[in-house]
Amino acid sequence: MKNPTTPNSLSRRDLLKRGSAVALGAAVGSQAITGFPTIWAQNIKNVTLRQFGTGVSNINAIAQKAKEDLGINLELTALDTDATAQRVVTQPKSFDIADIEYFTLKKVWPSGNMQPMDISKLKYFDKIAGTFKDGKLTPSSTIAQGTAPHTVSFTDGPNSKSFSKSMTNWYTMVPTIYNADTLGIRPDLIGRPINSWTELLNPEFKGKASILNISSIGIMDAAMVCEAMGEVQYGDKGNMTKEEIDKTMAIFTEAKKAGQFRAFWKTFDESVNLMASGEVVIQSMWSPAITKVRSMGLPCVYQPLKEGYRSWGGGLGLARNLSGLELDAAYEYINWYLSGWVGGLLMRQGYYSAAPETSKLHMSDDEWGFWYEGKAAKNDIIDPFGNKMEPAGAVRDGGSFLERMGNVKCWNSVMDENRYMVRKWNEFIAA
Amino acid sequence: MNRQSPLSTLLQISPISLILGFFLVLPIGTILIVSFWDYNDFSFFPDFVWTNYSDALGSNVTYKTYLNTFWYAGLTWLCTFLVGFTVAYFLAFHIHTTRWQIVLFLICTIPFWTSNIIRMISWIPFLGRNGVFNTMLQSIGLIDEPLEFLLFSDFSIVLAFVHLYALFMVVPIFNSMMRIDRSLIEAAIDGGANGWQMLTNVVIPLCKPGIAIGSIFVVTLVMGDYITVRLMGGGQRASVGVMMWNEISLLLYPAAAAHAVVLLAVVLIMVSLMMRVVDLKKEL
Repeated sequence: MKNPTTPNSLSRRDLLKRGSAVALGAAVGSQAITGFPTIWAQNIKNVTLRQFGTGVSNINAIAQKAKEDLGINLELTALDTDATAQRVVTQPKSFDIADIEYFTLKKVWPSGNMQPMDISKLKYFDKIAGTFKDGKLTPSSTIAQGTAPHTVSFTDGPNSKSFSKSMTNWYTMVPTIYNADTLGIRPDLIGRPINSWTELLNPEFKGKASILNISSIGIMDAAMVCEAMGEVQYGDKGNMTKEEIDKTMAIFTEAKKAGQFRAFWKTFDESVNLMASGEVVIQSMWSPAITKVRSMGLPCVYQPLKEGYRSWGGGLGLARNLSGLELDAAYEYINWYLSGWVGGLLMRQGYYSAAPETSKLHMSDDEWGFWYEGKAAKNDIIDPFGNKMEPAGAVRDGGSFLERMGNVKCWNSVMDENRYMVRKWNEFIAA
Repeated sequence: MNRQSPLSTLLQISPISLILGFFLVLPIGTILIVSFWDYNDFSFFPDFVWTNYSDALGSNVTYKTYLNTFWYAGLTWLCTFLVGFTVAYFLAFHIHTTRWQIVLFLICTIPFWTSNIIRMISWIPFLGRNGVFNTMLQSIGLIDEPLEFLLFSDFSIVLAFVHLYALFMVVPIFNSMMRIDRSLIEAAIDGGANGWQMLTNVVIPLCKPGIAIGSIFVVTLVMGDYITVRLMGGGQRASVGVMMWNEISLLLYPAAAAHAVVLLAVVLIMVSLMMRVVDLKKEL
């Protein structure tokens, strides 16, 4: 516990601040938005929560806003995806909140270093998208291959180390963001339409392609390519057999030896540099990396491909050692996270918020139309950091939420043959 | 001479034993123990299995990776030796005042005021496809297409190594050269030796300890490196260090520990071979 002020020791300044927040809330409320502003618990002021995650959602702006709204100190650490798994497993006391992906969760949950959340304490649980409950985007949609978030979202009790097949009152992680990933391209340097995953290994781009070196994600991109080429038929891309892994890696090793790849990347900024410098013209990429390249004034497209998308989701989980006031603060923080402001920020980076309705309240109609509904922008689209990203009239690559998320073919995954896959992946990297 | 009491001897050797015990023996012992443990996707646990070693030594990739690492170490050694010897020779024999020797020597160390990651990364925009060097060559009409081998290649890796580690050669060789009695060189010249004979018969033999120390530095640093190979190789070149780092990032600690033990053995053998060539104890 780090110096919480007593609940009733309100300074004049706090009162003024809170007063203006209420006034603002009343103004917003008059436009028929319900439930705002929430008065956040006051006894958690100055509690420090240590959170780590990948660079994509560990943004200082979130820590600043959390300080303003909740008074908590959020200490953020940005790590690469593999390092996030290491952190949970090897340094369980070094964090309070883990901002990790669902496939990472599948790997680390059995370690017992995280504790599930009591759903009855989550204010916005009913606003969370179906993908993170029963797995269905719409009542009629089919569930894609791989580690779909809902398969690892529920557990049986506060001390359980396994996953529950059906919905329970114990949530392993509160979902925050998800997205449909595809290949990023530099249309100015390619100069022709790209519409299939096979293009990643097209000899036309010899020495100008890249794939990410995070095995659980990279193998899925590789599988999308091999399947599109018709070279490998998979029973389930999200849970490959040894033979399927061998075939996939053989095709990629051959391409690597032929000089297809310029580099492999591991962190988001590496992919930005490769693309922005023109070293690479086609590669695995993440949405905010595209945003970043575009705000540098370079054309970069998150190319929708006919075979569909590879998807992922991330959320916030609690460390096992959290208790007492800090645990309360963590719940409060997570409720705040889902209340919309953060969702709006993440949506403006090209992600989807796991609680879209609340995020909508923090975006303009034009922004919502552009990012979520796939409509043409009426005004310039500005990224969360104030840079102009798209001129008026632009349409999001891939279109609306349903067109993109409805076309997901697999989720990032951890397979039964994970250990074998990792070994083969390492051999590919070293080949 | 008085015989010292056992207690005072014990007190005298205890600081170094404690330091070596905590920072050398203990960590290496831990690695050795962990290398026999077993692991699954998310944790590793005490056991006594040989699978980590059989996986490591039974895989072709390991041998290829070692060959690759030797190749980097060999090339880097050769380049740093040529650069280091030349610079040290110039400083020791062509600069006649101590003041200037110190000034120029300090200039050599300037790059070391920055982090080695920064020194490495600064090569990337310089050597890239649309980088400064390629743009310059193209604008003066020397080449039509950018030279791709400059970046994310063995070339860029060795270049960065030489840049990072040349000083480790310069310093010990310079030190050895400064200890050479100048009258030996005069005697060689008086005896009719030409420049080349003077170099090969007098200077090089007397610099051997410096060369050996520099070589040990450079070779061990390159053998254990992972970040240079990863950054300058664009993540798709392998070295033993990169292989271990991949395993660590995938939580395969026992496998990485086994590789670390093998690497330690290999490097110890290499160093002992170097000590064979130069008897450091005698020369110092």
